Amino acid sequence: MQMIDLLEKHKGIAERHARMMAMGVDAVGLTNDKILSPTRAVINGRETILAGTNNYMGITFDADCVRAGQDAMAEFGTGTTGSRIANGSYALHKELESELAKFLKRKHCIIFTTGYQANLGMMSGLAGPKDTIFLDADSHSSIYDGCALSGAKLVRFRHNDAADLDKRLARSEGEEGGRLVVVEGIYSMLGDRAPLADFVEVKKKYGFQLLADEAHSFGVLGPHGRGLADEAGLEDDIDFIVGTFSKSIGAIGGFGAGNHPLFETLRYAMRPYMFTASSSPASVATSLAAVRKLAAEPERRGRLGVNSARLFAGFKGLGLDLGCDTVSPVIAVKCADEISTIAMWNALLEAGVYVNIALPPGTPNRLCLLRCSVSAAHSFDDIDKIIALFGKVVASRAAA
Amino acid sequence: MTASQDTIGQICKLLEPFNSTGKVLTPDTEISTDLNIDSVAVMDFVMEVEDHFDIEIPLNVVSETHSINDLAMVVDARTKKA
Repeated sequence: MQMIDLLEKHKGIAERHARMMAMGVDAVGLTNDKILSPTRAVINGRETILAGTNNYMGITFDADCVRAGQDAMAEFGTGTTGSRIANGSYALHKELESELAKFLKRKHCIIFTTGYQANLGMMSGLAGPKDTIFLDADSHSSIYDGCALSGAKLVRFRHNDAADLDKRLARSEGEEGGRLVVVEGIYSMLGDRAPLADFVEVKKKYGFQLLADEAHSFGVLGPHGRGLADEAGLEDDIDFIVGTFSKSIGAIGGFGAGNHPLFETLRYAMRPYMFTASSSPASVATSLAAVRKLAAEPERRGRLGVNSARLFAGFKGLGLDLGCDTVSPVIAVKCADEISTIAMWNALLEAGVYVNIALPPGTPNRLCLLRCSVSAAHSFDDIDKIIALFGKVVASRAAA
Repeated sequence: MTASQDTIGQICKLLEPFNSTGKVLTPDTEISTDLNIDSVAVMDFVMEVEDHFDIEIPLNVVSETHSINDLAMVVDARTKKA
């Protein structure tokens, strides 16, 4: 019998990648040779402005956070060598969960080793094969993967469309099992926000449990930096929140939080929590210091807002077609096609600015995007340089 | 098993905007592989099918549906159920 080569199915991907490589730098495998600051790296021997890092608070080189990580490594070692349900729970992990719960004003918080695992864990812990998860069409891959892991029935509703959710809930009325609806605070590709009040109205009509993934909005939105629900004044209507430490917190890890009396039981029901090594002491200590900074230094959030508005206005002034009409730290520029997007991405890098390139199927509606993320650590000079370079590279091409 | 011709015809009409290959659609056309439609676009297309027939086709079912005939059989089963 002839062997079927398992990797043969990825040949198309290899060819697409080769086409990208032929046009310049490997956009999906870029190497930062040195990281100089939250907003500067050396890439291909050139000092480059970083405008695609999700380092919203610009906290990655904060002296207190760095010291906290160094001290924890010296005190607790390099790694935990075990999972949270075995030998991998340290006082530090519990302290971070407690501090986060306090910051989020939630009774319970569980931390995960990565943000990706937080969604895998929460979706699969909350919903099971008899339940239905209704997820926004533009949900992050970690939500899709978590939903798949749950074994629940999966129903996708049109992006940010509460009326569409209503219609799909009506179609499934009378079916057994619980219903979980999943939305995001800020959507990672286009930077738009869930119309939370509309979803809460639908929730009151149908009585489901609502989860908000605040990965990109945690630390960024709301008077207290707790995310979109905080901004919208609807925290009591959100049953569960998920977040990450790899954006505003500047470390790695994720969390789930809620007030449900059985929430702690999820620790024994979430495989992505149970069967992986817990976060390293340095990472937990860094995150802990950063959470305290978020609470103590709201000016970072203010600065991020000012920077985001400046870049948004600058891009609007250039006549660029943006991902959404709301200012957020995620500002995506829509481009005509894959080839021109790759060419412009290379030209921007060559000129000294790194942004993210986002191509289908990783984007909604088959869009090709040059995605920027703003940091509180960007100077006005940085922002103005980014605008000028987009004017030179992107706007001029669109006009040509 | 074969789905109703009417359902197949309606699905082909809904699929045309997603078909950039110019290939002629038949019941045996594999939606994703033959038409080079990526996973997200397939889900978008199925959403159109759901709304057109006013039925629910969960993603778990989509992942087991490959050809136009497969999808049409799902639609037939679910419209009858409704």
